[in-house]
Amino acid sequence: MANLSRDTLRETVIDAILAVAPEADIDALPPDRPWREALEIDSFDFLNILVDLEKRLGVSVPESDYHELATLEGLIDYLERRLAG
Amino acid sequence: MSEFRMPSLGADMESGTLVEWNIRPGERVERGQIVCVVETQKGAIDVEIWEAGTVERLVAEEGQKVPVGEVLAVILGDGEKDEGGKAEDDGRETPAERPTPEASQAPSPRAPDLSPPPTTATPDVASSGVRLRISPAARRRAAELGLDPAGVNSSGIDGSITLEDIERAAQAAQGGQSTRAVATTDAHAAMRQAIATAMARSKREIPHYYLGNTLCVEPALAWLETHNAERPVTERLIFPVLQLRAVALALEAVPELNGWFVDDAFQPAEGVHLGVAIALRGGGLVAPALHDADRLAPDVMMAALRDLLTRARKDRLRSSELTAAGLTVTNLGDLGVESVQGVIYPPQVALVGFGRIAERPWVRDGQVVAARCLHASLAADHRVTDGALGARFLTRLTDLLTEPERLWPT
Repeated sequence: MANLSRDTLRETVIDAILAVAPEADIDALPPDRPWREALEIDSFDFLNILVDLEKRLGVSVPESDYHELATLEGLIDYLERRLAG
Repeated sequence: MSEFRMPSLGADMESGTLVEWNIRPGERVERGQIVCVVETQKGAIDVEIWEAGTVERLVAEEGQKVPVGEVLAVILGDGEKDEGGKAEDDGRETPAERPTPEASQAPSPRAPDLSPPPTTATPDVASSGVRLRISPAARRRAAELGLDPAGVNSSGIDGSITLEDIERAAQAAQGGQSTRAVATTDAHAAMRQAIATAMARSKREIPHYYLGNTLCVEPALAWLETHNAERPVTERLIFPVLQLRAVALALEAVPELNGWFVDDAFQPAEGVHLGVAIALRGGGLVAPALHDADRLAPDVMMAALRDLLTRARKDRLRSSELTAAGLTVTNLGDLGVESVQGVIYPPQVALVGFGRIAERPWVRDGQVVAARCLHASLAADHRVTDGALGARFLTRLTDLLTEPERLWPT
């Protein structure tokens, strides 16, 4: 898992988002903008995405780290770091 | 002998289409059992029965449009014997006895929109010889479309092929130019119409008054973080659980806001069942009831909310959930707005709205600090209550959300 390329990681994250929000236009999302608001992901959707990511990557995100996941790049950075550590 | 009738699943519902029976004559039914699926303006709904007994006969046919209040089936109560039915008839002309062409009990004629299946027979048994698990509605739709269900991927809970699976397969087969696209557009238009009717009635009939409060949610967020800290993602609570709990307890204290305005009088609700406004992806809105919100432990409430949200968005709601709510809660905070001044869902008499959680300057012990805050609002029916009572409710709600240890006192 630790050798997952950043592109693969991005694909995984996008898959997990599309699983709860199939109509989300992720390409149109400015990378530094809060993605949850832009894609209309509520707290329940967000929880489901985390459950999905944990299933796919084996990374469990504690609630105290939620603030690091505000942007899509932030989320990918965070997962990359956790997978490497 | 009792008659199971088409329920009213909203103040403005006139009729519904019986999509599918889950019961057969001779079968036993229990109170609360889902016995059929009815298509309404709010989508397909699982309809429950509230009397136990044995199914005497099914009156309405699958595919038939049935007005609210018309008989769908006849149920023999516990201890009753079938004495020919008519012998007990008191001579009153009930809708069941009224001979309408559509309500005929004979296998034909079928409702006009249910043309007989085309010649391509759709066998129950796939070519492998294994019996295909497929819902009756899905089988019939497959027949109409001339589609072999044996090759269709199933998504039903028990591994069976659902109506949606058939539509999806048909759409894939036809490169997107399918009836599903049309059906979806129709469904959206119907839901839009239902919302328009209810909201126009609300603004026409209900003299709304509005109250609002900004409150600091740092303690509530700390409570939530502590609760979730050692839990896997699947067992964590989300903030709306706290909001719903606070509304439920505040309603217990101020029951005048929990109920319906019917025939020029307030009719209090029995129990605290909260309507949860849920925006549907692709448009539209439903507000099914979270039952007994004042009596659920945190984890149970989260499970109930999860079930409700999942079914509202991906599957089906139940008839009891469409009519039980005595007050609706809407949370637009996830969409980034600060506050919401809501429109009451008639015949309810109040609506609670939450905005987003955001950092603001907050005065604590004479010092200005940055604190995460939230705006809570109440829209209420001035025919039923006055501002003073609404203020009492909102103050109680604010106190509960500000002191989260009061939400589930041990």
